[in-house]
Amino acid sequence: MASISRPAAACSAAAALLLLALPAGAAEQITFVSQGGAYQKAQTVAILDPAAKKLGITINQDSVPDAWPLMRSQVAGGKPIWDVVDVATGFCLRGGEQGIVEKLDFSKLPNAAAMPEEYRSPWSVAYEFYSSVLAYGQKRYPDAASAPKTWADFWDVKKFPGRRSLRNHPLATLEAALMADGVAPDKLYPLDVERAFRKLEEIKPHITVWWTSGAQSAQLLNDGEVDMVMAWNGRVSALIKEGAKVAYTYNQGILQSTSLCILKGAPNLATAVRFVNEAVDPVLQANLPLHIDYGPANPKAFDTKVIPAERVGQLPSAPENARRQALMSYAFWSSAEGEAAEKRWLSFVQK
Amino acid sequence: MLLLASPALLVVLALVVLPVGWFLGLSVYDGGFTLEHYRRIFAEDIYWRSFGLTFRIALVVTVASLLLGYPVAYAAARLQRPWDVLILACVVLPFWTSVLVRTYAWLVLLQRTGVVNQALDRLGLIDEPLALVHNEFGTVVAMVHILLPFMVLPLYSTMKKIPGDLVQAGASLGGSPSHVFLRVFLPLSLPGVVAGLTLVFVLCLGFYITPELLGGGRTIMVSMVVSRNVELYNQWGAASAVAAVLLAGVLAVFFLVGRFVPLDRVLGQK
Repeated sequence: MASISRPAAACSAAAALLLLALPAGAAEQITFVSQGGAYQKAQTVAILDPAAKKLGITINQDSVPDAWPLMRSQVAGGKPIWDVVDVATGFCLRGGEQGIVEKLDFSKLPNAAAMPEEYRSPWSVAYEFYSSVLAYGQKRYPDAASAPKTWADFWDVKKFPGRRSLRNHPLATLEAALMADGVAPDKLYPLDVERAFRKLEEIKPHITVWWTSGAQSAQLLNDGEVDMVMAWNGRVSALIKEGAKVAYTYNQGILQSTSLCILKGAPNLATAVRFVNEAVDPVLQANLPLHIDYGPANPKAFDTKVIPAERVGQLPSAPENARRQALMSYAFWSSAEGEAAEKRWLSFVQK
Repeated sequence: MLLLASPALLVVLALVVLPVGWFLGLSVYDGGFTLEHYRRIFAEDIYWRSFGLTFRIALVVTVASLLLGYPVAYAAARLQRPWDVLILACVVLPFWTSVLVRTYAWLVLLQRTGVVNQALDRLGLIDEPLALVHNEFGTVVAMVHILLPFMVLPLYSTMKKIPGDLVQAGASLGGSPSHVFLRVFLPLSLPGVVAGLTLVFVLCLGFYITPELLGGGRTIMVSMVVSRNVELYNQWGAASAVAAVLLAGVLAVFFLVGRFVPLDRVLGQK
C-alpha cells in the first residue's frame, strides 16, 4: 500500500467526518408550539410521536400559555424560530390578516382539504375542539330532570335559584346571552352585541364571581361557592373524574377550537406543511381523546373506530354533541366589531 | 465617594430609571408620537372609576391598618420580654409567607362554604351565608392583613425610641394616663405614623393579586386595568400610559404630604 501523505490523510479524515455529520444536520425537523401541561403531554403521545415516526422527522416542542405576542415578535424580528403553532383559532385568523402566518396550500394538505369548510381558513386548519358548557352542582340540582338545561334556565333566577358565575371575558359569554334571549344557536353571527349586553345586565346582579382562569371556574363549582357556571368541558370532566358532585350539559354549549398555523418565514416550511397534514390525519386525531377530554377536529376521526363508543358521547365534537352546540365564529371576533365588543367588556363588568 | 456609590447607582439606573423611562416612552410613542392614550384615560370613565376605586380602597385600608396597627406596635414597644418578641413574631411570620398563599387563605376563610360562614351558621347567627368575599369587602380585609406589618414595623421602631422616662415624667407632673398619651407619646410617635401611612398607601395603589383573586372580577383596581390592557388588548402603549398616570399620582401624594409634614425632619428624626 502506497503511503498517503499527511495533508491528504488529514483532508480525507476531515471529509469523512463531514460526511458523518451531514446526515444528522440534514435530518428534517420542525419546532411545534402548544399550550403545555397535560394537554401537550397528551398530544405528544397521541399525535406528535406517531407523526414524527411516520414522516421520519424530529419534532422539537415548545410551550407557552399565550403564543400570540411571541408569534408577532418573532415574525417582526425577521427570523422566526417556531414553525407550527397550535393556538386559539382567532389568533390564526388575526395572524393571517396581519401577515404573520403563511397562507396554506390545501393541495399539499389532503387531510385538511377533506375537512368541513367551517373548520378551516386560508391560513389555518382546526386541530382540536373544546366547549364552553353550562355546568352545575348536584347539591342544589340533584337530578338531571330538574337541573338547568339551557342558557334561558341560567338566566331564570326564579325557577333556578342559586349563585352563578360567568367568565370575565366576552368570548362565548355574549353567545350564551343571545341564546338565553332566544336566538337559535346556528343564527348567532354576526352577534347583536347591543342585545347581548342588555341581556347580560339582567343577570349581572346575580353573578357572584366573574372568573378569570379555568382553574378558578372549577374551584368555584367544586367548593360549592356557585351553583351554576359556564366553564370549559375539560375542567368539569376532570372534577367529575375526581368524584365531585357536579354535572354539565352540551346543550347550547359553544364549540371552540384551536388551530394549526405556520409562521411566515418559518425555517422549515416544507416539513411543517407535511407535519400539519399528518397532524389532522383521522387516525392520529382519533388518538387524542384517548388521552385527554378534547375532541378531534377531523370528523372522520369518529369513523375510524379508534374511539370507544362510551367515550364518543363525552367529546365536544362528537356528531351528536356538536349538533346541539353553537360553533364559535372566530371571524366575527377578529373583526372590528368583535374587538369593539372586547373593549366594551371592561366597563360593563366595572359598573 | 462616587466610586463607592457606583454599584448601587448602577443598580438603580438599570432596574429603576431605565424601565421607567422605557415605559414612559412607550406611552407616548406608538408607531409615531401620540397623546391618544392619555387622552383616552381622561376621556373614558372606566379609567376615572378605576382610579377612584383604587384611591378609595387605599384610603380605607390605610386608615384601618393604622387603627389596628397602632395598638399592636404600642404593646410590642412597651411590654417586657417575652411578650414583645411574641407580638413581633406574630406580625412578622405571616409577612414571610407568600402573598398568594395568604390571599387564598382568606378565600378559604371568607367564602360561602368557608370557615367564617360555617361558624356563624353553627352558632345560629345567620340563615344564609354572608357574601364576605368576591367583592370589595373581602379585598379590603385581605389587604389590611397583608399590609399590617408595613404599618406595625415603622411604628414599632419609632415607639421603641421614645424614652420611657418621658411618659413617667408626664405622669409624675400630674397628668392622667390618657392625657400623657395624647400630649407626650402620640406626638413623639408621629414620624412612625407618617412613615407607616405613606408606605401602606403607596403599596395599596399598586396592589394586584388580592383584588384579582378576591374581588370577584368586579373590583377593578388600576393595576388590573394595566394588566388587562397588556393581556387582552396587547396595548403596551395604553398600559404604559395608565402606569405613568399612577406614578404621577403617587408622586403627587408624596409632594402633598411633604408640604404639611417636614418629611426630612420627621423621617430623619432630630
